[in-house]
Amino acid sequence: MSNVTPKPQPVPQPESDRYWEGLQNEEIWLQRSKATGKYQFYPRNFSISDPETGSDGIEWVQASGNAELFTFAIVHVAPQMGFVGDLPYITALVQLEEDVIVPTNIVGVTPEPESLHIGMALKAVFEHDPDGQTLLKFTPA
Amino acid sequence: MPNIQKLKNLSGKAHIVGVGESNKLGKVPEKSPLAHHSEAAINALDDAGLELSDVDALFTAGWSTLDVAEYLGIQPRYTDSTSVGGSSFVIHVAHALAAIATGYCEVALITHGQSGRSDRVPIPRNPGTPMAQYEAPYGIIGPPVSYAMAARRYMHQYGEDRTRQAMAEIAVSTRKWANLNPMAYFYDKPTTFDDYHNSKWVAWPFHLLDCCLVTDAGAAIVITTPERARDAKNGSVKILGAGEGHDHSGISQMPDLTRAFGRNTGPQALEMAGVSHSDIDLAMIYDSFTYTALVSLENLGFCASGEGPDFVASQRTAPGGDFPMNTNGGGLSYTHPGMYGIFTVVEAARQLRGQAGERQLEDCNLAVAHGTGGLLSSTGTVVLGVD
Repeated sequence: MSNVTPKPQPVPQPESDRYWEGLQNEEIWLQRSKATGKYQFYPRNFSISDPETGSDGIEWVQASGNAELFTFAIVHVAPQMGFVGDLPYITALVQLEEDVIVPTNIVGVTPEPESLHIGMALKAVFEHDPDGQTLLKFTPA
Repeated sequence: MPNIQKLKNLSGKAHIVGVGESNKLGKVPEKSPLAHHSEAAINALDDAGLELSDVDALFTAGWSTLDVAEYLGIQPRYTDSTSVGGSSFVIHVAHALAAIATGYCEVALITHGQSGRSDRVPIPRNPGTPMAQYEAPYGIIGPPVSYAMAARRYMHQYGEDRTRQAMAEIAVSTRKWANLNPMAYFYDKPTTFDDYHNSKWVAWPFHLLDCCLVTDAGAAIVITTPERARDAKNGSVKILGAGEGHDHSGISQMPDLTRAFGRNTGPQALEMAGVSHSDIDLAMIYDSFTYTALVSLENLGFCASGEGPDFVASQRTAPGGDFPMNTNGGGLSYTHPGMYGIFTVVEAARQLRGQAGERQLEDCNLAVAHGTGGLLSSTGTVVLGVD
């Protein structure tokens, strides 16, 4: 199956370099507010739960990779040519143990509604691309 | 927060006096997007009995008003390129009301034009957005995938079978309206519940018949002062209430997948207009997907969260039903070039002026037009009434 059109690659920004570098090492690093203890996804230049403190109000904390399925879809028509070879594939929003929602794919299961149920336990897997960034995906725990 | 008392003073201070589509909708490879803008503009101005030289304010989305004004050959004194997805044009109606009432302009032109099906130029994407960085690499790209994930969450909360039935009801009822609208893409093509359930999967839980069309189309609206509206060639429609806003961009950042921003814009628009839900004769609800219409009815307050499936049951929104919705055939069956919101206002104005042909409602005095933009991200709601 030829797949000549490349998939869109993440372009890390200064505030997200640490997140993407972490994934390359198979680690998930999230931002947490020092004042409120709340995590946030995605990384920002400040904590949205404590905007006044600015970038000094943030600390980076390693997440467990444990998650629950929050919702999903099974894609049968590729939204971009780079995904034609993957059809059908599962997109999902998962809720990490740290109480943030992360967009991702569910892998290692048959892409059928019966294979998935909302609330199912998931664990992180890291999909390395030698020419690009590592993607954070999830599979049943 | 919006100051409702001040907004009430704005209610009715501008009127829609002209609406129009571009000359041909559907597959129109021989026309550019700007050609759709200009045809619709001239048609809407003709409907109003006005000319391009009368226009002193321009509103558009998708394009900059710089490009559209230059193409039209006009020099507006008020300009607004607010572009927050398909809801933008409904929001422009509210902005035009405010601009006219405060004296910035007298004749506002809102234009839309997109060749969603035939455009020679792809829609540019900014790879620097958080959506591009965190969602697109996973194939979470474009509306069907994102809205499907929202719909799946709704099913989890409120029941899969009754949600499925509601989505089918909306697909079938909307097609029945399209079968009464000669401009509709599916004017000649009826559909059945079996057709719905047998149509292919696009992004489960969405069948093909849960998804809007992809067409080439344009539309325009002309708005002016109540005084000048007295000279309108084909009658005018009062802008009574409005609300706008957004609460996220990418779907993964949506605060509640079953509660879009219509939860704020609907009640605000109705309160500003001084009317209640039961007063509304026509609901024009942006239906990018069957789910969008379903959840919007709840968000706007026509029924409570999770009650949408009961609200739309038994073809209640179809011709002859007691809650007419999307009487032009909607984005599902009439036209959907990418940012459809303007067409909700065009149809509402036609129904309120009694110019909707075979699909004309009896006693249509008050209408809600509600646009949703982005990935359930933004909404704009207006309440319109007969003059």
